[in-house]
Amino acid sequence: MIGFVAWRLLQAIPLLIGVSLIGFGLMHLAPGGPLAVYTLNPTIQAQDIERIKIIFGLDQPVHVQYVKWATGIFSGNWGYTFFGGRPVLDVILERLPATLLLMGSALSVAIVLGLSIGVLGAVKRYSVFDVLATTGALFALSFPTFWFGLMAIFVFAIELRWLPSGGMWELGEEGNILSLLRHLVLPTMVLALVITATWSRYSRSAFLEVMQQDFMRTARAKGVPPAARLMRHAFPNAAKPLIALLGVELPFLFSGALVTETIFGWPGMGRLFVDALNMKEYPILMGMMMFTAIFVIIGNLLADLAIAAIDPRVRLR
Amino acid sequence: MSATAAAPQGQIGRVWTRFRRHRLALAGGFVVALLLASALFAPAFAPQDPTLLDTALRFRPPFADWAHPLGTDELGRDTLSRLLYGGRVSLTVGLVAMVTTVMTGALIGITAGFLGGVVDNLLMRFVDTMLCFPQVFLLLVVAAFVPPTLLSISLVIGLTSWMEVSRIVRAEILHLKEQDFVAAARALGASRARIMFRELLPNAAAPILVAATLKVASAVLMESYISYLGYGVQPPLASWGNMLTNAQGYFDTVPWLAILPGAAITLTVMGFNFMGDGLRDALDPRLRMDP
Amino acid sequence: MADPLLKVSGLEVHFPIRSPFLRQRVGTVRAVDGVDLEVGRGETLALVGESGCGKTTTGKAILRLIDPTGGSIRFGGEEIAQHGASRLAPFRRRMQIVFQDPYASLNPRMTVGGILAAPYEIHRIGTPADRPARVAELLRTVGLPSEAARRYPHEFSGGQRQRIGIARALALEPELIIGDEPVSALDVSIQAQVINLMKRLQAERGLAYIMISHNLAVVSHVADRVAVMYLGRVVETAPRETLFFDARHPYTQALLSAVPEPVPGRRRARQVLQGDVPSPAKPPKGCHFHPRCPIAQPRCAEEVPLPRVVAPGHAVACHLAAP
Ligand SMILES: Nc1ncnc2c1ncn2[C@@H]1O[C@H](COP(=O)(O)OP(=O)(O)OP(=O)(O)O)[C@@H](O)[C@H]1O
Ligand code: SF4
Ligand SMILES: [Mg+2]
Repeated sequence: MIGFVAWRLLQAIPLLIGVSLIGFGLMHLAPGGPLAVYTLNPTIQAQDIERIKIIFGLDQPVHVQYVKWATGIFSGNWGYTFFGGRPVLDVILERLPATLLLMGSALSVAIVLGLSIGVLGAVKRYSVFDVLATTGALFALSFPTFWFGLMAIFVFAIELRWLPSGGMWELGEEGNILSLLRHLVLPTMVLALVITATWSRYSRSAFLEVMQQDFMRTARAKGVPPAARLMRHAFPNAAKPLIALLGVELPFLFSGALVTETIFGWPGMGRLFVDALNMKEYPILMGMMMFTAIFVIIGNLLADLAIAAIDPRVRLR
Repeated sequence: MSATAAAPQGQIGRVWTRFRRHRLALAGGFVVALLLASALFAPAFAPQDPTLLDTALRFRPPFADWAHPLGTDELGRDTLSRLLYGGRVSLTVGLVAMVTTVMTGALIGITAGFLGGVVDNLLMRFVDTMLCFPQVFLLLVVAAFVPPTLLSISLVIGLTSWMEVSRIVRAEILHLKEQDFVAAARALGASRARIMFRELLPNAAAPILVAATLKVASAVLMESYISYLGYGVQPPLASWGNMLTNAQGYFDTVPWLAILPGAAITLTVMGFNFMGDGLRDALDPRLRMDP
Repeated sequence: MADPLLKVSGLEVHFPIRSPFLRQRVGTVRAVDGVDLEVGRGETLALVGESGCGKTTTGKAILRLIDPTGGSIRFGGEEIAQHGASRLAPFRRRMQIVFQDPYASLNPRMTVGGILAAPYEIHRIGTPADRPARVAELLRTVGLPSEAARRYPHEFSGGQRQRIGIARALALEPELIIGDEPVSALDVSIQAQVINLMKRLQAERGLAYIMISHNLAVVSHVADRVAVMYLGRVVETAPRETLFFDARHPYTQALLSAVPEPVPGRRRARQVLQGDVPSPAKPPKGCHFHPRCPIAQPRCAEEVPLPRVVAPGHAVACHLAAP
C-alpha cells in the first residue's frame, strides 16, 4: 500500500507541472500579458510600465519567470489582484466555502437520488421504472444547466414566490441558517440534475455488472435474502467504479457550479470567476484555474487511494 | 474482432436496422434533420429580416398574429426570424467546433496510439493535464482573450474539448494496430503515415462518428452559455445564447422571450445526444447502454 | 547449402517484461532464443513446434516486422537484421507473408481491389490506370473472379479470404513467402485446395516457402525440409524423409509418436511427454527440453546443446544424438 501511495503521488507530479505550464502560458498569452491592467490603461506611461516590469521580474528570461511563479504557487504566493492588490489565494479561499457548500449539497442529493434510481433500475431491469429512469436521465443530460436555472427561478421564485431567486442570504439575515437553506434549494436542485442523471446511469451499469458475477449467484443459491445480497455483496463491489466516477467528475462539478453560481448570484468561486473575467483580473483567473486543477488532481488521488483501500488487487496493477 | 472493425457496406443495412429500433434515436435524428433544414433555409422560412426593428410593435406575444407567429422582442424584432437565424449561428458554431474537436482528437489519439512509447506518454499526460481544468473555465478564459468571431468561438470550443475524442481514438488504435492487416501493410513496406491514415483511421470511424455527434450537442451548449455570458456571439447577430441574455431583463413580464431560445437549445442538444446514443448502440454493441 | 536464399543464425527475440509501476525491466520473455535456419531458392522449409514455441515470432522477425534482439538474418547474401526502414524497402518486395487468421489479416474497411492495389501504390509500380488490370490478374492467379475487386473482405468465405491474402503476398513477385499456419483456420475440405494452390504457385514461380505449422501431418505434404522448434530454439533440422524415418532428437521423436499415422506403414510406440512446456519467461538452464526429456543426463541441465550435423542436411541439438 505504501508503494502504491508513493506511486500515485509520483504520478501527480507531471500533472502538476503540466497544469502549471498551461496556467503560466495562458497568463502570458493574455492580451496585454501579465501586466494587462497597466498596459491597457492609457494613463500609464511607457517608462512606468518598464519600471513595473522590472519590479515584477518580467524582464527576466521566461524560464526564470516560470520557476519563480511556480515556486510561488507551491509556497502559497499566488500573486496579487490588479484592483486592490489583495493576495489572490486569499480572494479565492474566501469564496471556497460557498462553492463547497453548493457542490457538497448538490453532490449529496445527486448521489442519494442517482444511486437509488440506478440500483432500483438495475434490480428491476427493463421494468417501466427502469425505462423511464434511463430515458429521463438522457433528457436531463441534454438540459442546458443555465436555462434550467432560469426556468427554475421563473417558476419557483417569480411565479410561485416560494423561494428566493438568488444570493445566499436575505439582507440583514447573514448567518441565519434557515435563510441560507432557503437560498440553497434552487441552486442545489439545478446543479444536482445533471449529476443525478450521470450517477443513475453509472450506478445502474455498475450494479448490473456486479449482479451478473459468480459470487452474487452463489449468495443467492445459499439463500441470502435479496436486501442482504444487495447491501453486503453488491454494494462493496459496485463502489469502486462509483468512487472513481467521483474523482473523474470533479471538473464537471466545478463547471456546473460555475454556471449555477452565475445564474443564482451565489457568492462562490464561480461568481468570482465571472466577475474576474469581466474585470480582466487575469491573476485571479489564472489562480482559479490553478486552484481547481490542483483540487481535481487531489480529488482523483484520493479517489484512487480509496479504491485501493477497498480492493487490494488494485495496488498490484 | 471488434464490432467497430467489422465491415461497412453490407453492414450499413444492419446498422440502420439497429438504429431504427431505437425510437428515441430516430426522433433525435428527425429533430436534427429538421433543425439543419430550418437553418439552411432560414431566409425562406423567416417572416422577416431578424435585425429589422419596429419599436411600435414591441413585446408582441406568440400566436397573436400571423406577421409575428412567435411574437417580437424588446426592440420589436421578429422572434421566429431571430430563432431561425440564431439557429444558423448555433449550428454553424456547433459543427465547426465539432470538426475541430474531432480532427484534433483523432490526430492526437492516432499518433499516441500508433507510435506508442515516449510520444504516447507525453501526449496522454498532456490530455490528463487538460482534463484537470474544468472545461467551462478554460473555455471562458480563452474566449475572453480572443476577439469573438464565429470562427474564433468555434475554434476555442473545439480546442478545449478534444481530449475525450483522443482517448477514444487511442484506445481503438491500440486494439487495431495489433491486428494482422497492419502487419501485412508493414510487410509490404507501407509508411507510418499510410498505415495510420489509410489502414487504421477508417477502422476507427464508428467511435469517431458517435463522438462527433455527441460533440455537436456539447458545442451548441457551450456556445449558448458563453454567448449568454457575453463572450460569444455578439449582437446584433442573433444567437440563442445572447437572445437569452436580452430576455433575462424582461423575465418577470415576458417570460416567453427566455423560454423560446432555451427550448431551441434544449431541443438541439437533445436531438444530437439521442442520435449519438442511438448511433453508439447501432454501430458498437460493445458500448451499449441499454435499454 | 552453398548459396541459400535465406540464412538465419543465432536469431534472438527477447521481449522485456516491465513492472506496472516504473516500467523498469523485471524479466525477459525469450520467445526466440538462438534460431538457425536456411532456406534455398524454390525450396519449402517447414517450421514445426507446439503452440507458443516462437514460430510466429521467428517468422515476423525474419520479415523484420518485429525487431530481433540478436543474431543475423542474411537474405540473398545481404545482412538485413539491422537495416532501417529505407534500406529494408527493396527486401519488402522479395519476402512476403500469409497470415493464419484470414479474418484479421485483411483490412475490413478496404475493398479487395484496394487491398491488392496497395503493394503497387506503396512501391510506385505501374500507373493508377493499369492497377485494375494488375489486380484482376492477381485474382485470376489465385482462382477468384475479377469482380471480387469491388467487394469487401467480409463478403468472402475463409478459404476465399486466404486466397486474397496469398494474392496480396504475390503482388510484388517475392522470392520467399512465409506462411504462418496459412490453412489451420480453414475447414479441412478447404485446406487441401489452398495447399494445392500454394504448391502450384511455387512450381510456376520458383517460390521458396517457410511453412509454419504445429501439425506434422500437414508438413508431410508440402515440405522439402523440416525444422523442429522447442521453446525458442530449433532442436532438429532434416530433410522430410529423414525426419520421419530417422528422427534423432528425443523431442522430435515424441512429436512423431503423437502423430497418428504420419507415414503409412510405420508404427511407433506412443510416447507421452511428462509435464508442461515451461514458460519462455523462465526457460530451463542448459537444454530447454531437459526437464521433460526421457533420456536426460546431468550435463543436459548445465550445457546448452549446439546443433551438430549428424548426416548431410541433418542437424540435431542434443548431447546424446549419435553422429
Ligand atoms: N509482443 C510480445 N510480448 C511478450 N511476449 C510475447 C510477444 N509476442 C509473443 N510473445 C510470447 O512469445 C512466445 C512465442 O510466441 P509465438 O506467437 O511466436 O508462438 P507460436 O509458436 O507462433 O505459437 P502459436 O502456435 O500459438 O501461434 C509466447 O510465449 C508468447 O506469449
Ligand atoms: S540434450 Fe539432453 S535433455 Fe536435451 S534433448 Fe538431448 S538428451 Fe534430452
Ligand atoms: Mg503463431
